[in-house]
Amino acid sequence: MNDMSAAKMNEPLKPADFATDQEVRWCPGCGDYAILKCMQRTLPDLGVTRENTVFVSGIGCSSRFPYYMNTYGFHTIHGRAPAIATGLKLANNDLDVWVVTGDGDGLSIGGNHLMHALRRNVDLKILLFNNKIYGLTKGQYSPTSDVGTRSPSTPDGSLDPSLDPISFALGANAPFVARTVDTAQKHMPIVFTRAHQFKGTAFVEILQNCIVYNDDVWAKVTDKASAPDHQLHLEHGKPMLFGKDNEKGIRFNPATFSLEVVTLGNGVDLEHIQVHDETSLPLAQMVARLGHKEGEPVAMGVIYAAPRGETYTEAVLGRVASAKGRRSLQDIMKAGETWVVE
Amino acid sequence: MSAEIQHLESAVVRFAGDSGDGMQLTGGRFTATTALSGNDLATFPDFPAEIRAPVGTTFGVSAFQINFGAKAIMTVGDRPDVLVAMNPAALKTNLGDLRSGGVLVVDTGTFNPRNLQKAGYDADPIEAGTLKDYQLIEIDISKLTLEAVKDFGLGNKEALRCKNMWTLGLMLWMFSRKREPVTNWLQKKFSKAPTLADANIAALNAGHAFGETAELSATLKRYQIDAVKSEPGLYRTVTGSQAISWGIVAGAELAGLNVMFGSYPITPASPVLHTLSGMKELGVVTFQAEDEIAAVCAALGASYGGALGVTSSSGPGIALKGEAIGLAISTELPLVIINSQRGGPSTGLPTKTEQSDLYQAIYGRNGDAPLPVVATSSPGDCFDAAIEACRLAVKYMTPVMLLTDGFIANAAEPWKIPDLSTYAPFKVQFVTEPGEAGFNPFKRDEKTLARNWAIPGTPGCEHRIGGIEKSFATGHISYDPANHQKMTDTRANKIAGIANDIPAQTIDQGEATGDLLVVGWGSTYGPISEAVRCALAEGLKVSHAHIRYLNPFPANLGDLMKGFKQIMVPEMNHGQLKTVLRDTYLVDAKPFTKVSGQPFKIVEILDGIRAMLGA
Repeated sequence: MNDMSAAKMNEPLKPADFATDQEVRWCPGCGDYAILKCMQRTLPDLGVTRENTVFVSGIGCSSRFPYYMNTYGFHTIHGRAPAIATGLKLANNDLDVWVVTGDGDGLSIGGNHLMHALRRNVDLKILLFNNKIYGLTKGQYSPTSDVGTRSPSTPDGSLDPSLDPISFALGANAPFVARTVDTAQKHMPIVFTRAHQFKGTAFVEILQNCIVYNDDVWAKVTDKASAPDHQLHLEHGKPMLFGKDNEKGIRFNPATFSLEVVTLGNGVDLEHIQVHDETSLPLAQMVARLGHKEGEPVAMGVIYAAPRGETYTEAVLGRVASAKGRRSLQDIMKAGETWVVE
Repeated sequence: MSAEIQHLESAVVRFAGDSGDGMQLTGGRFTATTALSGNDLATFPDFPAEIRAPVGTTFGVSAFQINFGAKAIMTVGDRPDVLVAMNPAALKTNLGDLRSGGVLVVDTGTFNPRNLQKAGYDADPIEAGTLKDYQLIEIDISKLTLEAVKDFGLGNKEALRCKNMWTLGLMLWMFSRKREPVTNWLQKKFSKAPTLADANIAALNAGHAFGETAELSATLKRYQIDAVKSEPGLYRTVTGSQAISWGIVAGAELAGLNVMFGSYPITPASPVLHTLSGMKELGVVTFQAEDEIAAVCAALGASYGGALGVTSSSGPGIALKGEAIGLAISTELPLVIINSQRGGPSTGLPTKTEQSDLYQAIYGRNGDAPLPVVATSSPGDCFDAAIEACRLAVKYMTPVMLLTDGFIANAAEPWKIPDLSTYAPFKVQFVTEPGEAGFNPFKRDEKTLARNWAIPGTPGCEHRIGGIEKSFATGHISYDPANHQKMTDTRANKIAGIANDIPAQTIDQGEATGDLLVVGWGSTYGPISEAVRCALAEGLKVSHAHIRYLNPFPANLGDLMKGFKQIMVPEMNHGQLKTVLRDTYLVDAKPFTKVSGQPFKIVEILDGIRAMLGA
């Protein structure tokens, strides 16, 4: 099924080369299709090879992703993909390893592993599909569900406050944090590319629609008509403007130590608008929370990117490489106190 | 004038004191020196779970026992011949084990009303005359130590810490051992604090000199234990944790793979993590994960990437790893899981030994999830057992459970350093070509049933695997009922077939037929061996078989058991191997169990044998 002639191997890869012959088994209309297509379109442009690319996933709808990518793939167990991917990188650091997870897989059962993969700066590209619901188990609320979400396990509405994935990632000391949307076929590749280029753990939240159990949960943010007022497209070094005609902006209010939405004009000039600096952690932490209040846009794009130099696996393997070969096992066993029996 | 030196065949010495008295260190140094003297030996470090329990309490007592001799030493010894009690609590908790007439050394400097009360004594047992069954040697070790180190300007507390070296000096004198290995070791250990080295050496010398001078009064006897006649070769002492770590590295070298060891600290398994973390020069990568689950998952991820993934823990941690071990079974990837068993259930007895994870090893996963189980039987045996675990893992593309226990992990014994060039390699051959029909990860070797192994980075062999059932024919996910039956059967047959690739079960001692077969596994090897030796000497028709391969069993085990009228299974659990044997062979295997957190005594098993045979 994967045999390729030598001639074909020298041709540039096309999106179709990254698709498998397996029937895709997501519900019709699921946001995952768009993400899959986008990944298959983006990888050829990244100049990667199929054999050096690995998708590792946990359990859930999103975690079926590897079966549809004609690369190496490992569909593992619930929540553990970051740990398995970390081990994989420790075995072969040359691989391009993508982790595909969801809001339940990554933030509920696997929250611990996600947290540690983020802070360790393992060179993993982690895509978290956030549909604010458990899909594969038929619609229970998830850790990112809004308070009041009615579901089979919360028939009267959920009571516990939700978790914000971007704030979580920043809190866990992730060096690269970004957000995009399943429907944004132009925006998603840019974010994937930035994540791929980043050396270290890259975390991308993808707002994703579950058409069966939580349809339109992101509608306000993603609908064409309302999107301009509800999405803030970040660009490093550019002022944070949004709205159909970029008539609105984000201003830092020193009195409340927070970001606020302002409309340009009436004394509010471009110079008052906060300029995005993706290397600023305090700014990223404030930007992450945008959208929680009515009238605020949700930030899209690279929210935070601060390279840390050597990655965890480079550091570990570097130490091993510099020590390797000094002594053999036989030498080690013979070292210390020994005696000879004649 | 020198007193007569009495020659002994073997002796059992136990050092007991407060957790902070350095008893483990004292025992360790006595062991090293004894090994260099050419004796065979076995040790038993027995310490509390608390790092520093309140001073003077009975639950804070830490002990180290060594059995050493001019003959082969199989166990740590049922009863000490010499007990050193550094305080009343140590006396209280250990005196019951000292053999009648044994030598009892006490540090009278600690026998004050407060310590006596903490130990639960109403009256000073020394003054009350309750110790007259023993050769009591009263020495104010505390005072003599302070005098010995007074020139070094140490504080009172620091000076008293040298007590263990004073005591060690006395014991080295008593058993005619050299001091040089200890002084060399102290100089190295305290190379950055030479004053401490000098003080400890002074205490050591003072204890030794005390023996020399006190012998005039004939209160102290001196013993000589000659070197044991061992196979020629280069020897060292080794603990189970060391040998298992080295065995893993050796196994990976024989397989031609790098080790990626994922672990999370847990008693008594952590020394394996520590040992392997210091072996970077052999290309060993270690990963201290965020938890037990991440540790096994990282190991499995590494195996997927073409390394030999290894993880290590103890009972509670193994329970957490269960789901990932199931994934290794389902995806048929090699993985070695080391379980240093401890008392359970739950947190149980973290620092005490037990064999109660056999069920967990064989059965402890969801679904029909068989895997090979290999058990170690002594510290030195850990080396070969670990190599076997690696061999089975890569040859059969399966996780392998390697069972050891807290006793083996911490115990030391003399070990003939193996010549690695004599081990047959079992080099892994990765698939590098997809073949005409394309790469199928679940294409199997007809003989072993092991699947094709191609690793990421191999062009043309791109494939997807996971925990969902796979088609026998293509390796793609499959929910087909008949396929699941076939795959479940295949996974079971693959593991069962290993029975033909392991050595036949042998009788360790005794005839091939008889009245009673004592079947053991793991660290009970020593006491069973000695008990059967005694029973044979009594004329009983008893034999001993010790099982290393617990799943699958060696192919001849059933027939071997048929040669005996009765089967007895001593185990440090509630009867787990007994149940597995009954289930597998429908034999009337009788349990003989002990779950006190302490190893079997020889006499306990011997009494059990006698009872079974009505002798």
